Amino acid sequence: MAAPTQHDTPMLTRRGFIGSAGLTFGIAIAGSSVTLFDALADAAKFEPNAWIEIGTDNTITLIAPASEMGQGAFTSLPMLIAEELDADWSRIKVVQAPAGKDYGNPLFGGAQVTGASRGARGYFMPLRLVGAQARRVLLLNVAEQWQVPVDELTTKPNLVVDEKTGRSISYGDVAKFAKLPAEMPKVAEADLKPQAQWRLIGKDLPRLDIPEKVNGGAQYGIDMYLPDMLYAAVMRAPVQGEAPDTVDDSEAMKVAGVIKVVTLPFGVAVIAPDYWTGLKGKNALKVTWKKGAQAESYDSLKVLDDYAAIAKDWTHKSVVGLKTGDADTAFKGAAKVITADYRSEHVYHAPIEPTNTTAWVKGDGTVEVWTPTQAPTFVTLAASKVAGTTPDKVLVHTTFLGGGFGRRIEQDITVDAVLLSKIMQKPIKVLWSREDDVKNDKYRPATAQRLEAALDHHGKIVGWRWRLVGESIFRRALPPALEAAKGFDTAVCDGHETNYTIPNQYHDYVEDDRGIDVGFWRAVGPGYTIFAIETFMDELAHAAGKDPLAFRLEHLDDPRAHKVLKAVADMAHWGRKSEDTALGLAYAYYPDVWYCHVAQIAEVSVDKASGAIRVHKIWAVVDPGTTISPANVAYQIEGGAIFGTSAALHERITITGGVVKQSNFHDYPLLRINEAPVLEVKLMPDPTARVAGVGESGLPPAAPAIANAVYALTGKRLRELPMLPERVKAAAKA
Amino acid sequence: MAHFAINGRWVTVDVPSDTPLLWVIRDQLRMTGTKFGCGAGLCGACTVNIGNDAAFSCQTEVGDVEGKSITTVEGLSPDNSHPLQKAWIAEQVPQCGYCQSGQLMRAAALLKKTPQPTREEIVKHMRSNLCRCGTYNRIIAAVERASRGA
Repeated sequence: MAAPTQHDTPMLTRRGFIGSAGLTFGIAIAGSSVTLFDALADAAKFEPNAWIEIGTDNTITLIAPASEMGQGAFTSLPMLIAEELDADWSRIKVVQAPAGKDYGNPLFGGAQVTGASRGARGYFMPLRLVGAQARRVLLLNVAEQWQVPVDELTTKPNLVVDEKTGRSISYGDVAKFAKLPAEMPKVAEADLKPQAQWRLIGKDLPRLDIPEKVNGGAQYGIDMYLPDMLYAAVMRAPVQGEAPDTVDDSEAMKVAGVIKVVTLPFGVAVIAPDYWTGLKGKNALKVTWKKGAQAESYDSLKVLDDYAAIAKDWTHKSVVGLKTGDADTAFKGAAKVITADYRSEHVYHAPIEPTNTTAWVKGDGTVEVWTPTQAPTFVTLAASKVAGTTPDKVLVHTTFLGGGFGRRIEQDITVDAVLLSKIMQKPIKVLWSREDDVKNDKYRPATAQRLEAALDHHGKIVGWRWRLVGESIFRRALPPALEAAKGFDTAVCDGHETNYTIPNQYHDYVEDDRGIDVGFWRAVGPGYTIFAIETFMDELAHAAGKDPLAFRLEHLDDPRAHKVLKAVADMAHWGRKSEDTALGLAYAYYPDVWYCHVAQIAEVSVDKASGAIRVHKIWAVVDPGTTISPANVAYQIEGGAIFGTSAALHERITITGGVVKQSNFHDYPLLRINEAPVLEVKLMPDPTARVAGVGESGLPPAAPAIANAVYALTGKRLRELPMLPERVKAAAKA
Repeated sequence: MAHFAINGRWVTVDVPSDTPLLWVIRDQLRMTGTKFGCGAGLCGACTVNIGNDAAFSCQTEVGDVEGKSITTVEGLSPDNSHPLQKAWIAEQVPQCGYCQSGQLMRAAALLKKTPQPTREEIVKHMRSNLCRCGTYNRIIAAVERASRGA
């Protein structure tokens, strides 16, 4: 998604006290320069909500505005408030924000959405201002109480201190008498602590969500139980877009316990008191489906053949995404022209918590939703629409997410739960089976890419063409974003801009929609664009007769890029030779998405008999700029590298006649622990650089590092994702 | 009707005997630490201990645990004092955390039989449990840590 770069000062508004004891601050983060989500966010106006509550017992409750899906936002974002509030971290309690406009991320135009690695970046400034403003209110209150000039006062963790007299008072004691001023004090960036004074930001504080994640206490969406709650199992069409034609529920109704069968516009639901009964009922349904959906003609591998043909036809209609200099002239004058074609198949999100939501459309017209969502704002809007009410009548509770990866931005499950609760007039939990989850996902788009490079006599790149062909995500999920980008789907194409110094570039995108819903995925675009670009760079290096590391460094002016590349080369002993294994290198900065420098080297071997690739080790060096939690950055890069390795080696969804072939983890295998590479991650943060997005940055370099290592070992290029054993064997024979 | 012990407490549930133990634990007993992931014995999120053995509770019919003793993640300890829980916290293993109940119960069964496993033994034993967030390296480190009693 297109990311704005500027931040806005929060709009500070006065809020009242909440609860009987303690002082509560509420501050609204105003929208930003981005308008993509404005319309959606504006529709969601709620009661005031609070960021900070200081208890008279000296505990401080902070709100975590972003969804916690494993990326550590439940800890790292409250740290930003605590830093400027000068809070004692040992007295902090964090609670998950309900859906509310005040909790929106400026990088999503104020919508409360967690994704695209925008949490730390989007909230970095506003949350520190929130903390600074609250601290200022405490100081003003104490100044008035003690009748001293406010400038004489300062703070230590959870203490207001009079520097002159040494007198001090705890925040909890201040909360006993403090009042919010009629007009909240203004704070600006200049009022924030200089970096050298940070006590919390940059420290490795243990994640606050981990203790309850090792004893069964953590509450995920699936763990929601309400009195009188019923389950619904929803059968969907085998082909996307088909509607039920005939429904025979006679066998389903014979299953002991089944309460009702409900035909929906898009499927058939079995209502039952528990999951197992509902599933048995669903399995006993006999449903036929109306034909005529566009997706009936969708064969994913044939579509990729079409895409590949379009990708190299430069006369084909397309949307230009980047143009510098004069690529045509550069190619005409080139000493050498190299071209390569790449493909990537659909992949599935596979969060281990299956898609679920619990909704309650109540008799008084209000709606309550408990959901493991990445997008409380969208849930609010979807629920209000389905329930036929206004957003202010909808209360959304975000639970922990058992993985998100882009899947939980989608609202299909909200529709399921709210619609069925409205019909049944009871709280309803809809829990998809794994098979439902695999077959009804919004997959990462299948893509074909074409890369062309012009080299001069010195082996320097003087011209560059990049094209991607694939279904649009924004066309379905967020049409205004596609309009804003004039048809260049940035979600699909992200990663196409490189950090390499290359003159005369031409990038374009061909949107080719075939009726299959595609969606956001962990590192959506870069998952395949960086694969293509970084394996292509490796290919160019060999064409130029240069070492892949040296070739990259020759095309990089950025000292941070040099730093991470040289460091990873040192760690892995780049250049060493071995008979059975080889090293491959990849680098990315994501100047169009995350601004995070990542260099990875993979060490692989290939089983000659089967063609299976074994990834023994991945070294990663990261420069994430200003860093909130260094250890958590490392965890994210580790997770990304494993996720990327899994996708690179195993993962694909194949669709024939609109029907998804895969159904569960036997035919959609994820990387297992016995296949996992050993990881060595080193952080080299530049503290003067902007905050980077790290939740996804570790994923994209894994696949090209692996492919480049396979080339180093076998001399064969792999240009297709996933790199299945049969493809490795076929390449070896070619 | 089925009768078994769960975390040291005897319970009787009135459900068909072919009901998966997972759904008895979750929907009947309302103990939510044990997770549903695939319903097919492929991901390990539902792993519990039956006696000293790790088992997929989604593949275990409640009729087959009659009179047996079940341990779930809640039974390791409520206060995170079990060596594996301590190790999981020390190594900061969980990310989304959803698979970790199953990982812990799989690891608990390993350490009961093999208190000092090698890295190879850990990997071999733990391979039935998926982690989508990619915490595998930390899981190995945590099992090693717990086996050292650290």
